[in-house]
Amino acid sequence: MNFLTGVFYMLSVILLFAGFRVVTTRNPVHAALFLVLAFFSAAGIWLTLEAEFLAIALVMVYVGAVMVLFLFVVMMLDINLDRLREGFWQYLPLASFVSAMLALEMTVVLGSRTFGLSIVPSPQPHPAGYSNTRELGRLLYTYYVYPFELAAVILVVAIVAAIALTMRRRKNTRYQDPARQVKVKREQRIRMIQMPAEKPSSTKT
Amino acid sequence: MMELSYWQNLFGWAWPGVWTLVRIVVLVVPLMLAVAYLTYAERKVIGYMQVRIGPNRVGFKGLLQPIADAVKLLMKEIIIPSGSNKFLFVLAPVLTIAPALAAWAVVPFSPQMVLANVDAGLLYIMAITSMGVYGVIIAGWASNSKYAFLGGLRSAAQIVSYEIAMGFALVGVLMAAHSLNLVDIVNAQHGGLLNWYWLPLFPMFLVYLIAGVAETNRAPFDVAEGESEIVAGFHVEYSGMAFAIFFLAEYANMILVATLTSILFLGGWYPLFDIAPFNWIPGIFWLLAKVAFVLFLFLWFRATFPRYRYDQIMRLGWKVFIPITLVWVVVVGAVMQTPLAFLVH
Repeated sequence: MNFLTGVFYMLSVILLFAGFRVVTTRNPVHAALFLVLAFFSAAGIWLTLEAEFLAIALVMVYVGAVMVLFLFVVMMLDINLDRLREGFWQYLPLASFVSAMLALEMTVVLGSRTFGLSIVPSPQPHPAGYSNTRELGRLLYTYYVYPFELAAVILVVAIVAAIALTMRRRKNTRYQDPARQVKVKREQRIRMIQMPAEKPSSTKT
Repeated sequence: MMELSYWQNLFGWAWPGVWTLVRIVVLVVPLMLAVAYLTYAERKVIGYMQVRIGPNRVGFKGLLQPIADAVKLLMKEIIIPSGSNKFLFVLAPVLTIAPALAAWAVVPFSPQMVLANVDAGLLYIMAITSMGVYGVIIAGWASNSKYAFLGGLRSAAQIVSYEIAMGFALVGVLMAAHSLNLVDIVNAQHGGLLNWYWLPLFPMFLVYLIAGVAETNRAPFDVAEGESEIVAGFHVEYSGMAFAIFFLAEYANMILVATLTSILFLGGWYPLFDIAPFNWIPGIFWLLAKVAFVLFLFLWFRATFPRYRYDQIMRLGWKVFIPITLVWVVVVGAVMQTPLAFLVH
């Protein structure tokens, strides 16, 4: 067992542990944090596969942005765990059947007969000057350009749909428009007037 | 000085680990000293800007003030609020300082002086610095205090918003340099003042600089610790060394952003003018001078501008900076297809 294999097993153990804790921990914030740990370990495993770009993109997108927003929401929720756990035993038979089927299917598809070392050998390590990012960019923008653009369009549609579904505008809400506020000039708010500083003193004696 | 091979033989198989550790220490110790004296510089600079003289009691001209502060903070008790989540409460400062230090692994100080000259250095820095927000969020949540919580939320929203603008500014740099490697990016700016990227990428330079101030939660973007609104924001419950670590991380991040600005937009270790008296000075001094200049700008901002209102911060990030950078990415891409491509190298 060389150094890289050791790193792989260490990261895998952490990943499995974190994934397990995501579904078992009682506190939703802890669950979200364990998910962060899971993403991070997965990125580490990708690094050992020489997929630096994907690993860093995973950390940047999921850990750096998606999970932050996730935590943001989860922290503000008032989740009643007992209500969530209601019906646990009722759904258990169906859920365990589904997960057993899933596990079975995955074993069939990903087993050693179709994904073993003899069929999918471990990739040759690349020479030192090989740039993973450059290769990925080239493939994405030449060979896979249509699927790539299509995926982008689908994402944009999803964003627009999500915003359209959640955006509601009441007719008579009062709101501030910071853009107009910062454009205000002094002349619009104050009026300079000239006046004597003191009243003329009365000339009565 | 003894030969390197002597030490190599002494440590045997452990040599790569030991050598990396030595290089990390050589990087981190000056960084921590720089952080300590940046706090001193900040107090002095802002002091003089406000017609005060700043710290001047401890040591000559107050030069031992940061040491005295550090000792004071070390001696203080760390109070863990009842009802807080103890593990996360202690973990939060660690999660803040770790990315602030880890990002330095790929920062080059000269073509040779870099801990890890990796190909995707720019991406690595983006990814690692985006982890820093967890420290703030967790600190805010684990404290079990409403002010800390509000600070954490504000900070999370702000950092996520400004990271996008910052990322697009970096896209401009990598388009111009054709590389994600920080050494290559500096080498692509070879030459004097007019060859650096601040000129062809001027809007991105400004966006990066301002977003950098926002990312480090510095004034005028320091709503996460707005003392007049939410006491001190996310670290209100922290005391002693736990608080000091947040402080260290903030200043280490400031130095990091200043260094990155110098490397990406201000020509890194290249001298101001590529002529005789200027290029006698070794490159690292040029880099440090540029870093010091950008840091001075940070202090200057703090002494000059009042704090942004929260909705104005969000507007600036989403409605001003992101469109500017998006347009400039297109402009740079278009110019690169024309005979004027030499303008952006």
